[in-house]
Amino acid sequence: MNQKTIHSLDPRITRAQILSDVDEVPQYEVLEQFITFEVFQQQKSGGHHIHVGSVHAPNIEMALLFAKEQYGRRGKSTGMWVVPTNAVVTFSDDDLDMFETTPEKKYREVGAYMVRKRVEQYKKEQK
Amino acid sequence: MNTEAVKNLLYRMADDALIIAHRNSEWTGLGPILEEDIAFSSIAQDKLGHALALYTILNELGEAEPDIIAFTRNEKDFCCSQLVEYPIGEYDFSLVRHFMFDTAEKLRYELLQQSTFEPIAKLAKKVSGEIKYHTFHADTWIFQLGSKGNEESKARMQSAINEVYPIAFSIFEPSSFEDSLIADATFVGEVELQKRWVERITSIVEGAGLKLPTIDVTSHYGGRNKFHTEHLQPLLDEMTVVFLLDPSAEW
Repeated sequence: MNQKTIHSLDPRITRAQILSDVDEVPQYEVLEQFITFEVFQQQKSGGHHIHVGSVHAPNIEMALLFAKEQYGRRGKSTGMWVVPTNAVVTFSDDDLDMFETTPEKKYREVGAYMVRKRVEQYKKEQK
Repeated sequence: MNTEAVKNLLYRMADDALIIAHRNSEWTGLGPILEEDIAFSSIAQDKLGHALALYTILNELGEAEPDIIAFTRNEKDFCCSQLVEYPIGEYDFSLVRHFMFDTAEKLRYELLQQSTFEPIAKLAKKVSGEIKYHTFHADTWIFQLGSKGNEESKARMQSAINEVYPIAFSIFEPSSFEDSLIADATFVGEVELQKRWVERITSIVEGAGLKLPTIDVTSHYGGRNKFHTEHLQPLLDEMTVVFLLDPSAEW
């Protein structure tokens, strides 16, 4: 009988030409994993909570428990939020072209308003 | 201040911290999930920090350098409680030990914030946030696997509680310095600490739908008087193997 050898992502295993005793790779219907939560860390009191990554957890209490050590064990934190990943609403990749904007709208950009001279003039007048 | 009494208190606390740090670090890379592996390892590192801080105070009181104290003594020189010596077992055992040990640590350090021995009062304030997270971590797990868990998790938690609870009283084994520490208000003493600990543990365990067994509190005494289980010396042999290759090496 022509038995197959194991083909692994680890080349050392493949090279060892170990005979496979299973004919097919078992198929799993559902990944046995927890859901994910997104973590937002605040590094300065009063500052924004900034997205720093995600954690796996069975529920939100555990997510907060884990987030503190994943993202808060080094450096300074003044606050932390966790949010279920599926609570985050976003655009589909097909719609990202909505962010493209035509360049001929200088009037919408800060740089288009040259007010420095006027501000300096005003400060001078206030003295 | 009775220096010998203070040193004895510091040794008991420092040895507990060092040995539980080593034990809990044995889970690194083997934790049930990545996030918990990191959290548990990080808590173990905090404990190592507490041990270092306490050995440093001892050094200031005339004892050897922290590394020398930590890595060159044998079993018979340690006064850790027997609770911290036991092998990690399965995760339920380690979690319940962590819960019972850290609840005692939290209460002990809270009481030490009022100590008349200033270095320990200062340290107690400094580490209070860290220890609060350690108990938050432990309490959360007890609730998750207790009242919020399933039949299997509840049964495993109950069996681990039955196993760990009698051993945990080894933390409060009184030393011969109790009266002296209480008299000069260095520490309120193990009896008072144990009373508060039982109240706190009872409230969390029962709140999580679990029960505390009836036990003999003195059954695992010995550690504070340097009588240990057979598990301590092999731990020390493993912990010191690198240091002893060259004790004078600069790290």
